[in-house]
Amino acid sequence: MDERKELSFEEAIIKLEEIVLKLEEEDVPLEKAIEYYQEGMKLSKLCDDILEDAQEKMTQILKDGNEIEPFEIQGE
Amino acid sequence: MKEKYLSVTALTRYVKRKIELDPHLQEVWLKGEISNFSHHSRGHMYLTIKDTNARIQAVMFSSDNRQLKFRPENGMNVLLRGHVSVFEPYGNYQFYIKSMEPDGIGALYLAFEQLKVKLESEGYFELQHKRQIPKFPRHIGVITSPTGAAVRDIITTIKRRFPIVQLTVLPVLVQGGEAAPSIVKAIENACSLEMFDTLIIGRGGGSIEDLWSFNDERVVKAIFHSKIPIISAIGHETDVTISDFVADLRAATPTGAGELAVPSMQELSDTVHHLKARLIKLTQLTIMKKTESLQVLRKSYAFHYPKHLLSDKEQYVDRLTEKLQTSFSSIIKIKKTEYEHQLTRIKAQHPKKVQELAKGNLLKLKEDLHKYSEAIIEKKTQNLLSYIDKLSLLNPLYIMKRGFALPINEKGKIIKSVDQVAIKEHVEIKMQDGSVHCLVQNKRRDNIG
Repeated sequence: MDERKELSFEEAIIKLEEIVLKLEEEDVPLEKAIEYYQEGMKLSKLCDDILEDAQEKMTQILKDGNEIEPFEIQGE
Repeated sequence: MKEKYLSVTALTRYVKRKIELDPHLQEVWLKGEISNFSHHSRGHMYLTIKDTNARIQAVMFSSDNRQLKFRPENGMNVLLRGHVSVFEPYGNYQFYIKSMEPDGIGALYLAFEQLKVKLESEGYFELQHKRQIPKFPRHIGVITSPTGAAVRDIITTIKRRFPIVQLTVLPVLVQGGEAAPSIVKAIENACSLEMFDTLIIGRGGGSIEDLWSFNDERVVKAIFHSKIPIISAIGHETDVTISDFVADLRAATPTGAGELAVPSMQELSDTVHHLKARLIKLTQLTIMKKTESLQVLRKSYAFHYPKHLLSDKEQYVDRLTEKLQTSFSSIIKIKKTEYEHQLTRIKAQHPKKVQELAKGNLLKLKEDLHKYSEAIIEKKTQNLLSYIDKLSLLNPLYIMKRGFALPINEKGKIIKSVDQVAIKEHVEIKMQDGSVHCLVQNKRRDNIG
C-alpha cells in the first residue's frame, strides 16, 4: 500500500466520498463495483491510520528575528 | 501733565496677561458647534465654535489633535476643554483646545462609524475579497498576546479538535498605542515567511478602548492585504471591530476561532466510519441486485424450452424460403413479358424496311424530276418563239423595207438633226438594198411638234 506515501488525509477522504457517490448514483458493473469496494476499503483504512497515528504537534512561538521556541500556555 | 501713550504691543500684552492670570479662563469647559473647520497642512486645526448668539475663534495644535480618534466636521456638536488667550499679531482672543469629545455620542463610537463608512464605500468589506479558509490546515499562525485567555482558548480548542496541526504563536501587543504597528508587522511577517496556511488574529473581550487597535485603519488594511486567509476572533460575541468586517471569517470568540480553523478529529473519524459503512452496504446491494438479475434471466422461457424456441425459428425459416421462391418466379415472369415487348419493337425498327421505304421515295422523286424538266423546256421554247416575232418587228431593216432610210455623215454617225450637217458636206443614205452618196446643197429647219 504505497498509496500511503502519496495521499494526504484530505485527498484520501475526498476520494472515498467520490467512490461512495459513484456507487450510489450509477449502475456500476459488478467487476467495477468490487474494484471500487477494494479501493474504498483501502482509503478508509488509510484515513483511520492517519487519524490514529496522528502525532500531536508541539505549539511554538515566533521570537524576534524569526527564531522558533517551544510555547507553553501560562497558568491561570 | 503730559499724557503717557502705550504701544499696541504693550496694550495687547497687558490684555493677554490679564486674561492668563484669570484662573477661570485657564481651565474652561466649553460646548458648542463646529464651523469654518480647516485642517492645516502643518497639522494644526483652525475652527470657530458657535452657539445661537455668539462665536469664538479656536485652534487645536497638532500635538493635541493627534490624540483625536474621530475627524471633527462642520455642524458637529462638541465638548471642549482648553484655555483662552490672545493671539498677539492679530490682537484677537481665542480658545486653545486641549481635548475634544463629540457631544451626545462617544468619540470612539463616532470614529468607528466614520472609518466603517469610509472603508465600506471603498469596497473593503465586499464578499468577493474573502479568501477560502483551508479545510485541513497544516500550519496555523496565531497573532495575539502570548499571555491571557485568548491565546489559551485558541490553542486548547485547536489541540482538542485537531492535534496534528502545527501551531505557532506570533506575539503582539493588543492594547495601547504600539499595538496597531505591532499587529501590522506580525501580519506582514507571517505573509513573508510563507509557512502558514491560516492566520488567527485574536484578543479577549474588553471595552471599546481596549479593542481600539483592531479599529485602526492600518490594522484593517493589513488584514485586507494579507495573502493568507485570516480568521478574526476579537473580544466576545457582542464586540464588533472593523477588523472583523474585513477578515475572511469572523469568529464570535477565540474558542470559536479554534473551531472554525480546524476540523474535529472525532468528527472526521465518524465521517470515515460512516463512509466505510455506506461503501460496504452499497457493494452488498450491488451484488444482490446482480444476483437478482441473474435469477430472472435463468427463469426466462428460453432457458426452459429451448426446443420450442428452435422449432419456432425453423418454421419461420421455411416460411421465408417459400416466400422467396414465389417472389422469385413472379419476378422472372414479369421480366420475360417485358423482354418480348421490347423484341417486337426492335423488329419493327429493322434497317431493311427503312431501306425499301427510301428506295420508293427515290423513284418517285426521279419521275417527278423528269416530268417537271420537260414542262419547263416546252414553256421556255414557247417564250423564245414569241420573243423572236417581237424582235423582228423592231429590226431596222424591216423598217427600211417600208421606205425609211438612214443618213450617215462622213464620220459614220447617224444624222438625227439638220444641225448635224453643213452645206456641201457629203452624206451617205443607207437603204434596204444599198446606199447613195449625196451633197448637201441647202437645208431648212421645219418646226414640227
